[in-house]
Amino acid sequence: MRGLICGPKLAACGIVLSTWGVIMLAMLGIFFTTHSAVLIEDVPFTDQDIHQDINPPQRIYALYNQVGYNCFIAAAFYILFGFFSCCQMKLNKRKVSSFFCVAFF
Amino acid sequence: MCSLLRGEEMCLAQLFLQSGSAYDCINELGELGLVEFRDLNPGVNAFQRKHVNEIKKCEEMERILGYLLREVKKADISLPEGDVNPVAPLPKHVMAIMEQLQRLEVELGEVTRNKEKLQRNLLELTEYTHMLRTTRNFVQRTSEVSVSFCHVYEEFPFLEKDTLMDYSSMQRLGAKLGFISGLIQRTKIEAFERMLWRVCKGYTILSYAEVEEYLEDPDTGEPTKSVVFLISYWGDQIGQKVKKICDCYHCHLYPYPSSNEERTDVVEGLRTRIQDLHTVLHRTDDYLKQVLMKASESVYTWVIQVKKMKAIYFILNLCSFDVTNKCLIAEVWCPVNDIPTLRRALEEGSRKSGATVPSFVNRIPTNDTPPTLIRTNKFTSGFQNIVDAYGVGNYREVNPAPFTIITFPFLFAVMFGDLGHGVIMALFALWMVLYENNRKLKNTRNEIWNTFFEGRYIILMMGLFSIYTGLIYNDCFSKSLNIFGSGWSVKAMFEAKVWKDADIRGNRVLTLDPNVTGVFRGPYPLGIDPIWNLASNRLTFLNSYKMKMSVILGVIHMSFGVILSTYNYLHFRKKHSLYLVFLPELLFLLCLFGYLVFMIFYKWLVFTAKDSRLAPSILIHFINMFLMQGDGVQPLYPGQTGLQVFLVVIAVLSVPVLLLGKPVYLYWLHNGSHRLGMYRGYERVRRNSEEELYLMRAHDMEEGSSHSDLSTSGERQTEEFDFADEFLHQAIHTIEYCLGCVSNTASYLRLWALSLAHAQLSEVLWTMVMRVGLRMDTSLGVFFLVPVFGLFAVLTVSILLVMEGLSAFLHALRLHWVEFQNKFYSGTGVKFCPFSFSLHLSVT
Repeated sequence: MRGLICGPKLAACGIVLSTWGVIMLAMLGIFFTTHSAVLIEDVPFTDQDIHQDINPPQRIYALYNQVGYNCFIAAAFYILFGFFSCCQMKLNKRKVSSFFCVAFF
Repeated sequence: MCSLLRGEEMCLAQLFLQSGSAYDCINELGELGLVEFRDLNPGVNAFQRKHVNEIKKCEEMERILGYLLREVKKADISLPEGDVNPVAPLPKHVMAIMEQLQRLEVELGEVTRNKEKLQRNLLELTEYTHMLRTTRNFVQRTSEVSVSFCHVYEEFPFLEKDTLMDYSSMQRLGAKLGFISGLIQRTKIEAFERMLWRVCKGYTILSYAEVEEYLEDPDTGEPTKSVVFLISYWGDQIGQKVKKICDCYHCHLYPYPSSNEERTDVVEGLRTRIQDLHTVLHRTDDYLKQVLMKASESVYTWVIQVKKMKAIYFILNLCSFDVTNKCLIAEVWCPVNDIPTLRRALEEGSRKSGATVPSFVNRIPTNDTPPTLIRTNKFTSGFQNIVDAYGVGNYREVNPAPFTIITFPFLFAVMFGDLGHGVIMALFALWMVLYENNRKLKNTRNEIWNTFFEGRYIILMMGLFSIYTGLIYNDCFSKSLNIFGSGWSVKAMFEAKVWKDADIRGNRVLTLDPNVTGVFRGPYPLGIDPIWNLASNRLTFLNSYKMKMSVILGVIHMSFGVILSTYNYLHFRKKHSLYLVFLPELLFLLCLFGYLVFMIFYKWLVFTAKDSRLAPSILIHFINMFLMQGDGVQPLYPGQTGLQVFLVVIAVLSVPVLLLGKPVYLYWLHNGSHRLGMYRGYERVRRNSEEELYLMRAHDMEEGSSHSDLSTSGERQTEEFDFADEFLHQAIHTIEYCLGCVSNTASYLRLWALSLAHAQLSEVLWTMVMRVGLRMDTSLGVFFLVPVFGLFAVLTVSILLVMEGLSAFLHALRLHWVEFQNKFYSGTGVKFCPFSFSLHLSVT
């Protein structure tokens, strides 16, 4: 089977992880772009951004947006990873069914 | 259907089985799995029982079947698909099965032996071929290096010219030159050479060469490296010594051809023989596989049939043989509701065996305690299992399992309390529940997976309840969700001119004052306000809240346990226990700890943010209650001192009532009724009805049997009322209960402790893993976030879900087993094990 890298269990783990990753990172991205206050500690702001901002709180908001976009890109990567895991799963299933065919003959 | 609350009502029944239809009737009962058989021949050992020969036959068949199964598995033949469930064979069919099995065994044995012999033969021939090939090189080599050996041949100058060790030239010399050739394991060759040299001192020449291929060792079957050797020696005695040494080292010796033509002939012959052997072996293999294929079709059916037959004969051994009636008598425990089904099964069995006289069942009264049967479905069986793990309930005792269905997941969720983790747990359990009929999931041998799979409904409930408590604690992967809008407003502090801009720059930490208008706009509708996630005094607030919540939940849980004991007292008609045990227990618990709960609620409701400085410490008030000191602190409400004294007095008074009430009452009852009984007996002695007198006594002594059935088994029940025993028992119970109230209430604080641990672990994981990925502000930051999230996910599952989940599961289970169940549950019963083929077959 060309392209078969992982076994069935690893592919299943990959699917689960990527589903979770897509959902959680997408939601995190939404929460960051809506400037949720609870996530303030996760935003890489410096003292300068808070106290020396000409037009507060736009710099903080810009940083929020940046982190949010990072999350969306990571979610997109996990979509690709999920697609890859699905392909591996399909290849594994095909391999198993062909194995059964051979065994019966 | 109060079977889950209390257990089924059981009865003892006698089965009268006609000897012709006994086998079929028990077959029917085995298929249905209705009743538990009692052993009517307890004094008889296994070899003296009636059907010992049939069981021996079954075991013989099992032995052969085991051998067949092993051979089938070795040949990699797959199992038949689908669940086979054949019925047990009739005794007349057993001979046929036995014959077939014996025939198969003999055939297989023969074929396997032949195959082994052929394989050994093949190995020997292969070795011989190798040996011949390699020694030919020796001889050719020797001719080249004969010059180097010339110092050995000084005595025989003619030999220099002879390239071949001709037998005739040897004879001329008068010395007998012999050859021994063979194979030896490579590991032994050096020792062999040294031994030869030491023993024969130069009268032998050893040449050897290694065989390149791995040859299979005929004894062990492992591939080993061998060395071909050729020993040439002078003299008979040397020859014998050499032979003995070869024997010692387990060499395989083969005849050495004396001439080249002989050698080529032998080689040719060997080659053809090896080819023939290969063909024969191939055919044997095919034949063996064919035989096994045919056997595998029916061997699995036979296995189940033989097991069923053996189980039936085992049960037949438990019955006693009634010689007068020519029928077998069996005593069974049967649920009362299943007696009609039992009758139908016996009729069916009689019909199948074609008996003219039917077998029947007769219910008999008994004084023995029946085993406990609680019928469960796939949802309740998990919860029943965790209750039974502590102890199976007594017959018709209140079963904690239906309550555990809700309280156990709830207490787990209080300790687990995270929305995100709850969602993951619930999804995992949902997957298991939706795929529960998948054969691959059901039939794995992995113990840990089976444990999780059996508890899938428990895990589902735990997950759903955790979602609820996660919403209440407002904790999702350690972050709070702001669904409704926070009740606190920071802006109001500025509008009220309490804070200025300079304050923010000058102070690290500022406190929001709820007394300022507009700051606290009202409580959050569901759960903890999300602003607490940003507060640095979050734990101070949450600890107070969670500790009080734990005490409240604990007192409620324990009171519920005490109240459940009333069900037992009412069912077993011990009304005196209701007044003398339950009431003091409840009063003690509620007067002390119920009052503590009341004080907690009072403080929550009455004291607001305005008088928070004057809010009293509940603990101090509670301690003062016991020390009867009310002067130092301000009362919570008017009349507090009086009420507290009253409650303490009631609690203290209930202890001696609990300690002495029941033993004294029973003593009075027993001794009083003695006198009354004798009076009554005097009246009734004319009627000479000992049974009636006995019935009257049994009615007076409420401490008697717990069943409505009366025993006519003929034994006189003399209930000796031992006051000392009863008093000791009650004293232990009192001490245990009163001390237990205090310690168990404190034990419920683990609800606080574990939820705190879980929240903190979750926060640490986020801070140390996710935050690192999110805070990367370089352009490569996004690629760092991907593996960081993967690591976060793995750690969440392994630490927070598995480890914390198991921990919370264990503690919730302990709270149920100890703190809840020791208020009402004794758990010293016996579980009902029906005679059922499915149970027997699944065990093996």
